[in-house]
Amino acid sequence: MPEGKESHPLVELTLTRMREFLREKEAVFWVFVFPVLMTFALGIAFRNTAPDKTLVAIEAGDAKATETASLLSRSPEIGATVLSPDEAQRALRSGKVAIIVKPVDDAFEYRFDPTRPESRAARLLVDDVLQRGKGRADVVNVGEARITEPGARYVDFLVPGLIGMNMMGSGLWGLGFTVVIARSRKILKRFAATPMRRSHYLLSFMLSRLVFLVLEVAAVIIFATLAFGFTVRGSWLSVALITVLGGFTFSGVGLLVAARPTTIEGVSGLMNFIMLPMWLLSGTFFSSERFPQILQPFIQALPLTALNNVLRALMNEGATLSSNWVPIAILLAWCVVSFVVALKIFKWQ
Amino acid sequence: MSTQTSTIALRCDGLVKRFADVTAVNGLDLEVFKGECFGLLGPNGAGKTTTVEILEGLTPSDEGTVEILGERWSKGDDRALRERIGVQLQETQLPEKVTVVETLRLFRSFYQRGHDVDEVIHTVALEEKRNARVGKLSGGQRQRLAVACALVSDPELLFLDEPTTGLDPQARLSLWDIVEKFRAGGGTILLTTHYMEEASRLCDRVAIMDHGKVIALGTPAELIESLGADQIVEFSVTKELADEVLKGLPAVTHLHKRDADYSLTVSEIGVALPALLAEIERQQSEIVTLTTHQATLEDVFVSLTGRMLRDA
Repeated sequence: MPEGKESHPLVELTLTRMREFLREKEAVFWVFVFPVLMTFALGIAFRNTAPDKTLVAIEAGDAKATETASLLSRSPEIGATVLSPDEAQRALRSGKVAIIVKPVDDAFEYRFDPTRPESRAARLLVDDVLQRGKGRADVVNVGEARITEPGARYVDFLVPGLIGMNMMGSGLWGLGFTVVIARSRKILKRFAATPMRRSHYLLSFMLSRLVFLVLEVAAVIIFATLAFGFTVRGSWLSVALITVLGGFTFSGVGLLVAARPTTIEGVSGLMNFIMLPMWLLSGTFFSSERFPQILQPFIQALPLTALNNVLRALMNEGATLSSNWVPIAILLAWCVVSFVVALKIFKWQ
Repeated sequence: MSTQTSTIALRCDGLVKRFADVTAVNGLDLEVFKGECFGLLGPNGAGKTTTVEILEGLTPSDEGTVEILGERWSKGDDRALRERIGVQLQETQLPEKVTVVETLRLFRSFYQRGHDVDEVIHTVALEEKRNARVGKLSGGQRQRLAVACALVSDPELLFLDEPTTGLDPQARLSLWDIVEKFRAGGGTILLTTHYMEEASRLCDRVAIMDHGKVIALGTPAELIESLGADQIVEFSVTKELADEVLKGLPAVTHLHKRDADYSLTVSEIGVALPALLAEIERQQSEIVTLTTHQATLEDVFVSLTGRMLRDA
């Protein structure tokens, strides 16, 4: 007998999405396990320890070379080796040493690449040690305080960036692939033959993403807290709101990317094209402000830059939402525009 | 529900659909009555799927009009119209990680009214696979699930696009059962197929399609009768026979020849066969194979197009 309506299509669509995801072992690994492993690996790689020694090559020639080496070795921060001119040149080129010191009569010649930050630092350090060794005295006393407290370390900078990058990745891959596979298998066409509201189909992706997002972000934050003493300075509510907004935004971008392609190859290319600039420019691993001024308007308008900036402000600086309205507005704009355009140009068969 | 009391479930006039390099549907007219099972029979590439997808409102036509249950696509409320039809597409692969009952619940949720999910599972005899994932189903079970997804809304009009292609005989029989039950319950069916047995068994009326046009229309019995013959004699011989002589044999109405294989349409087998055997002997040829059978829809297609359904 025909019966009345059972459950809401949006609920059923979202449940289907979640079942499909949870029953796909590989997807679960990339979304939940991989980000934690990545945080661990990078946290270890950039953990705060005593800075490594600055490695210096001294060009062999006469007795001056050994004298220079012993002079430099007085500093605990320098590792000096005497090498033949050829070897020294090769070591500099390959980055094994930061600078070459060539004794010339009573003077020295420094060879280094000024575009490499560690080489510039090495020049200052080497020069200081040599000048003092030759008798230069300090004219004023200086004191120094070393800052290694939580919140100002590299790992604290890194965690919000990884969360942002991860949200972009799972939003785009998760949605893009699923939609394009459904299209190539004619499932979209089959749905189009039912009275299903098309916006419900697209919304179900956003909702299911939201559920996993909470777990995904929590996994990274909890891990970073336990392993590296990471702390969230701002309010948890603000962080949660921005996470939801970020999740919606990248779901929207994912839908937009997947709106037309009919093959996996097609959508993969498109996704890489969209994500690559953001991986490079959006300040996941280092601040995006390091890029030239002329690129800044473009970089700041990218959704990942906006998300990273807000997350860092909230987590590291304890800022409020209202003081970050610009990147929040950028995220909102991406979210709404991409969803509306995706719905408009979406190809159902 | 439409208040129209018309007996027509589906009508299309002058349907044309062109793709870049081919005209898939070339001026097609159809009328399907309420409560009948109507078959679109034709070889692959005849334009059956394109026609069905236009009727289902999935593909816009270039010319012509379509009327489904008294309504037109894109002219009123398409979603309300979709509530009343059930669709099985030729190549849908439902999500593999989802179970049978979950798939049906999903489809059920799209409709305002319809059957209970377990009732439909019973109709298509998938009770044992209720909680199995789609990826684990056999070809026949998947196809029954696809039909179940079309039935879950309790549609007035059911579209089935080659529902049994690629299935083994037993799976085909169980699908035919489902179709017959739906029709017995008063439902209307538009079915495409390139199996003549399927059309003969299931369909009240058949339209034979070729190159985007209907080339013959009627009940299976009428179409076969139109051959003016009830028997087909197929044979092959060692030495070629002259066409003219064969056509001149008594009771032979039509000759179809493909390489060394001959097919004669005959009105009276008892007259035609002895004459044929005598002629073969007279021409000093020998029979390699010889079979006779009742004329079928396949023979109708052959006589209309000069081609076989399966190799057209």
